[in-house]
Amino acid sequence: MKVAIVDYNSGNISSVINSFREVAKDKVNIEVTSDLKKIESSDKVVLPGQGSFKSCVDALNKISGLTETLNEFAIINKKPLLGICVGLQMFADIGYEETETKGLGWISGKVSKMNNQNGKYKLPHIGWNQISIVKDSKIFKDIENNSHMYFVHSYEFIPKDKNVISATTDYSSNIVCSVEKENIFGTQFHPEKSDKIGLKIINNFIIL
Amino acid sequence: MLKNRIIPCLDVKKGRVVKGINFVDLKDAGDPVEQAKIYSEGGADEICFLDITASNENRDIIYDVVKKTSKKCFVPLTVGGGIKSIEDIRKLLNCGADKVSINTAAVQDSKIVKDSSQKFGSQCIVVAIDAKNNGDMWEIYTHGGRNRTGIDAIKFAKKMEESGAGELLVTSMDRDGTQVGYDIDLMSKISSKVNIPVIASGGVGNLDHLVDGIKLGKASAVLAASIFHYGKHSIKQAKEYLDSKGIPVRI
Repeated sequence: MKVAIVDYNSGNISSVINSFREVAKDKVNIEVTSDLKKIESSDKVVLPGQGSFKSCVDALNKISGLTETLNEFAIINKKPLLGICVGLQMFADIGYEETETKGLGWISGKVSKMNNQNGKYKLPHIGWNQISIVKDSKIFKDIENNSHMYFVHSYEFIPKDKNVISATTDYSSNIVCSVEKENIFGTQFHPEKSDKIGLKIINNFIIL
Repeated sequence: MLKNRIIPCLDVKKGRVVKGINFVDLKDAGDPVEQAKIYSEGGADEICFLDITASNENRDIIYDVVKKTSKKCFVPLTVGGGIKSIEDIRKLLNCGADKVSINTAAVQDSKIVKDSSQKFGSQCIVVAIDAKNNGDMWEIYTHGGRNRTGIDAIKFAKKMEESGAGELLVTSMDRDGTQVGYDIDLMSKISSKVNIPVIASGGVGNLDHLVDGIKLGKASAVLAASIFHYGKHSIKQAKEYLDSKGIPVRI
């Protein structure tokens, strides 16, 4: 079993790497790479993402052939892929951070700034919030409803088809914080920073 | 519902944890990696390291400490102290820090906040504000509290938000190490002025001070050192106490 964490200069991915290595121990090979062949040949892919929607999309596009390879991996070959934070947001058709930017278009919808209700809510939404699980998702196996996860974001993914939503969280409004569409998984929160319960989600993805 | 965070802060000097009274008279309280692990297992919502190593030749030790800690600690880790450049930030993030806290360099030139938040994202840029009440205003101090700047802390807080800071870590220099409680006025004034989260710091001596920091100071998170280090209270006790006072915490 080989899990590839895509290293495309999307900001700080050390915590993602550390958490996957901690969970994988010696059983699973965790490869941190931007090499297209290595991504193609892996069993699962993790797509992290920090910073703005635009900076992440730009960084993906900078590596020639990477979006095509990811597309083939997730959409054509239907192999499991987990997007974290902006990694999840990029599943959308379009994002509005900085400027209008085209996403991967894997899950139809948009990424826009959270409504802070005229300053009533601070942004970024930083800290531990409870997730409300709305659909059985394979990555939530043995995860209790209302578990706490660590969030840090100012933008939210609004998918067109609400059936893809696997969990939401309450902040300034009801925020989509996890999606599952066939083989594609995404979390807005950071499982790599969400203590033991977060590591469990990572484990659930690894053993899929 | 978003929970208020409790953040134990470890002052680290040459790779060892120390904590001072009013920034002097340091005592040794152990190994930072072990301490961070104990705190994260005990329910700390984040861990903060403040590197107070003065000399440049020992600066690299902190990178090693961060590297080791981030392999054992799966809650967010913030590292501050002596950050002067984008390169310093990059190195800390690469070692596994999730956020960096910038103090003197941000006061000297806000460009570092602007540039680093654009490069790495606001989510990892915390600006640390050390302020002292001088009668007319809360004045910013730099270099670990040694140099006064004549800058108004509240105006500066707003400027840092506009420059791209994701959070503000506000320390009252008057209260730090005194254990008489946060400077509530300072915290609430800054918190009302900005739309980013404020972490209150400086002066915690008991659990009621944590409650006050959140309820009266309007802080999103409370940072403390000595009350946790010397076993006076555990993180768990602190959380249960906050919970009993109606403050939402992760338990």
